[in-house]
Parts: sequence; structure tokens; C-alpha cells
Amino acid sequence: MFENIGEIILLFWRTLLALPLAWRQRQKIFDQFFEIGNASLLMVCILSFFIGGVLSLQTGPLLTEKSLGSYLGGIVGYSVCRELAPIMMSILIAGRIGSAMAAEIGSMRVYQEIDALRTMNINPIHYLVLPRLIAMAVALPMLVVIAILVGWFGGAVVAEGNNHISISFQAFYSSLRQFVEPKDVANGVFKSFCFALIIGVVSCHQGLMTIGGPRGIGRSVTKAVVNSIVLIVIFDYILTRVLLLVK
Amino acid sequence: MNNSANNHSGVGVQVRGLRKSFDGQEVLKGIDLEIRPGEIFVIMGPSGSGKSVLLKHIIGLDPPDAGEILINGESIQTPEIASKYRLALVFQSGALLNSLTVGENVGLYLTEHRLKSPDEIKKIVAEKLEAVGLKDVTDKMPNELSGGMKKRVAIARALVIEPQLILYDEPTSELDPLSAVVIGEEILELQKQIHVTSIVVSHDRDLAFGVADRIAVINEGRIVVVGTPGEVKNSGDPLVQKFLNADFKREPQSKKL
Repeated sequence: MFENIGEIILLFWRTLLALPLAWRQRQKIFDQFFEIGNASLLMVCILSFFIGGVLSLQTGPLLTEKSLGSYLGGIVGYSVCRELAPIMMSILIAGRIGSAMAAEIGSMRVYQEIDALRTMNINPIHYLVLPRLIAMAVALPMLVVIAILVGWFGGAVVAEGNNHISISFQAFYSSLRQFVEPKDVANGVFKSFCFALIIGVVSCHQGLMTIGGPRGIGRSVTKAVVNSIVLIVIFDYILTRVLLLVK
Repeated sequence: MNNSANNHSGVGVQVRGLRKSFDGQEVLKGIDLEIRPGEIFVIMGPSGSGKSVLLKHIIGLDPPDAGEILINGESIQTPEIASKYRLALVFQSGALLNSLTVGENVGLYLTEHRLKSPDEIKKIVAEKLEAVGLKDVTDKMPNELSGGMKKRVAIARALVIEPQLILYDEPTSELDPLSAVVIGEEILELQKQIHVTSIVVSHDRDLAFGVADRIAVINEGRIVVVGTPGEVKNSGDPLVQKFLNADFKREPQSKKL
């Protein structure tokens, strides 16, 4: 992965330079955006509901036992919006959409469709990478906002429904409002925006670098997902350190 | 793209000392060729002789290790060449974009470069598809077409560019003899209509001698002979004669005891 980091940065830079052409590619951006949202929304809701729920389940009984139950909403709310929703949704999207991007572009490469574009003087970065990267950069933060809301809801449902916790909806949300500020949500959304760029550019790069036949496509898909997840986790730490400094 | 009126005739192509290696194996070993404007030039040779690699170099998809390719005297590696001359390649597989319909594939060049309005593009697409003998396929997906139809769609897509140089990579491979004849006729028709320079890579002897103004025979990355079909046929080179006269001979069946 790290031997290609220069190529990945170069691809990202070339895509940024192509941004003024984004309006021309609006139909493709919209198609990709719909693809990402449509394919992932249900999964995002299920995953985030249970993440919020399990967080309540793990921490709720302990906090209640120590008479700290009033902090549960804040703990769940803070963890979900600042960390769990952005990172879990990004990993989900890397697996679901990043793999599809690498496979599609990889098969276009193997079956000479990208060569065909180049012979028509159509830049594959403008035609293939730009719409995917923009759609990803818009869709993932939106999915993360939904994931945060559903995650909070999941946490509240478990907090109220579980006999060992028994904290009402109202108490849960009052605690959440007390501890979680809009900037915490913005923090998570910003992280997911950065992760979206990582997934988009790594997956497109792997697709464009594909060689060989179906086995090469499979290899690219695996690399796209693994490299995206590794970079997401590394950048998560770096971004968290940086964002903690921003008050 | 420059669509000026003085830019409609075929271009000349010069290949000088072209060399290319892949993983240490030299595939092109110093190719020299001169293709005149408006001619149909066929490159023949056995499989693995470097024909398709040569074609990819001529259109600028692969950079050479050594040597140069000149289009009307200008290097193909020059960034402006793609906007100055209209070049098209008909891939062996067709290389149609599978996510687009046939109509979108054929009109892709015009759509992406915003050269015409959507209505005009529709009209041009229908015209070009009709020119290659296809009707009622505009809304079909490439995977719904036969091999021969895909190749004809690929030719229609190349025609939309109004090319000055058109390259065909094995245009008759995987086709039945009747479809192969249709493709050959289309290559001739194009030259007659728009005086395009055509470079055809093929190991189909019937196609080569049927359409070529001149033929080059390539073997193991080197040009063995270049000349008119008659000159190539009468070449004394044993390899050329072996390639041109290779035929399947069935051994007489031995009598079973």
C-alpha cells in the first residue's frame, strides 16, 4: 500500500484540479450519489441502531450500579457522534461501495474500456474518478448524520427497554443534550468527509491500476477495501489528535 | 478537438526505430514503417509477433522504450496531438463501455466534448449506426449484441470522431466469414468516402489481400517485408511464404485392422 502512496496523492491532486469540470459531470455525480445512498441507507440504519444499542447495553448497567445513570445519554451520544458513527460507517462504505468502485473501474481497465476513453481524448480522471469522489464526499457525511441520529435512538431504546438500565427516553436525551454540542456532531461529520476522500481515491486508484483478468480485478477489490480501512484507522487517530486541539 | 474543414484528409504515419520491452522481453525490436496519407495499410503476422503492441504505440496508448512515431511529422507523444488530429482505434474486443447503451457509446465522444446538442447527437448516432448496417440497436446494451455487431458498433463509434487515422485491431477475429466480408467492405467504403488513413492489424489473409493498398509482415518484433499485396505474395522470404501458404492438411486415415 505505502509504495503507491505517491500515486494515490497524485491521483487526488489531479482530481482536485478537475473540480471546475464537476458541473459537466453532474448527471454521473447524481447517479453515483444515488447508488451510494440507495445501496447503503438500510444497512447504515441497522448498523448504527445496534451500535448505539450495544453501547448502552455495555455501559448502562455499570453506570446505573454506580448511580451514574444520568451520564449514559452523554456517553452514548458523545461516542457515537465523535467516533463510532464516522468510523463504522466509513468501514461499511469502504466494503460496500469502495469495493464496487474498484471492481467497476478495474473491469473497465481489463476490458480496455479505459483505453477506449483515452483514444477518444476523454480523460478517465474526469470521466470516472471525479464523479465518484464528489458523490462519495457528499454521501458519506450525510449517511453519518443519519447514523448518528439512529445510533442515539438505538441507545435510548435499549436504555429504556433493558431492565438493568431502565433510563427513560427523556432522561437519556436530557443527558445527551447536556454533554453533546453541535461541534461534536460537526467533528464526526468532518472526519467522515476525510474518510470519504480516502475511500474514493484509494478505490479508484486500485481500479485504474488493475492488471490481468478476473483474478486481477479480485485482487484490486481486496486491496481497495483493506488499504482504505488501514488508512481510515490511521487518519482517524491523526484527525482525533488534531480535532482535540481545536476547542 | 479541431474540426476545421482543412483537417478532413487522412494523415501520414512514420514509425522510426520503435523498440518496446515488457518484463525484460523485447516485443518490438526496431520497427521502421511509413504509412502514406489515405492508404489502407495492413500489418500481418503470427500471434504474438507484436502487431497489437505496435498498434497501441501508433495511437499513443503505450510509450515506446526507444524510437518515435510521427503523425504528419509530429510526435505522437506531443500533448497537443490528440486535439490536433482525430485518431480512432477499433479494439479487437470492441471495448464498448458496458454500462452505456449502444447509442450512448457511439455518441460518447460528442457528448463528452460537448460538440453537438443532444438532438444532433441522436441524429448522428443513428446515421453512423446505419452506415455500418445496424438499425434498432440504439437502446440495447452491449452485452445484448453478437461479436460482429459489437465490432460494427465500435466502428460506428470511431466514425463519429470523423477520424483522419483509423486503426483496426483484428477486426475480423471471432467473426464468421460473411460478417468478416461485411467488415472488410466497410473498411474499403470508409476509405472511399472520407479518405481516412487506415491501419489494419490482422492475421486474416483474405481480409489483408482484399482491402490492403500495402501490407507489412511482422515476425518476432521485426518487419520482414513491406509492399503491395502482389509484392508480398511474390516475396522470396521463406517465413512470409510459410505464413501465407499455411494450410491445414488432414493425414490420410490408416486402415484399421
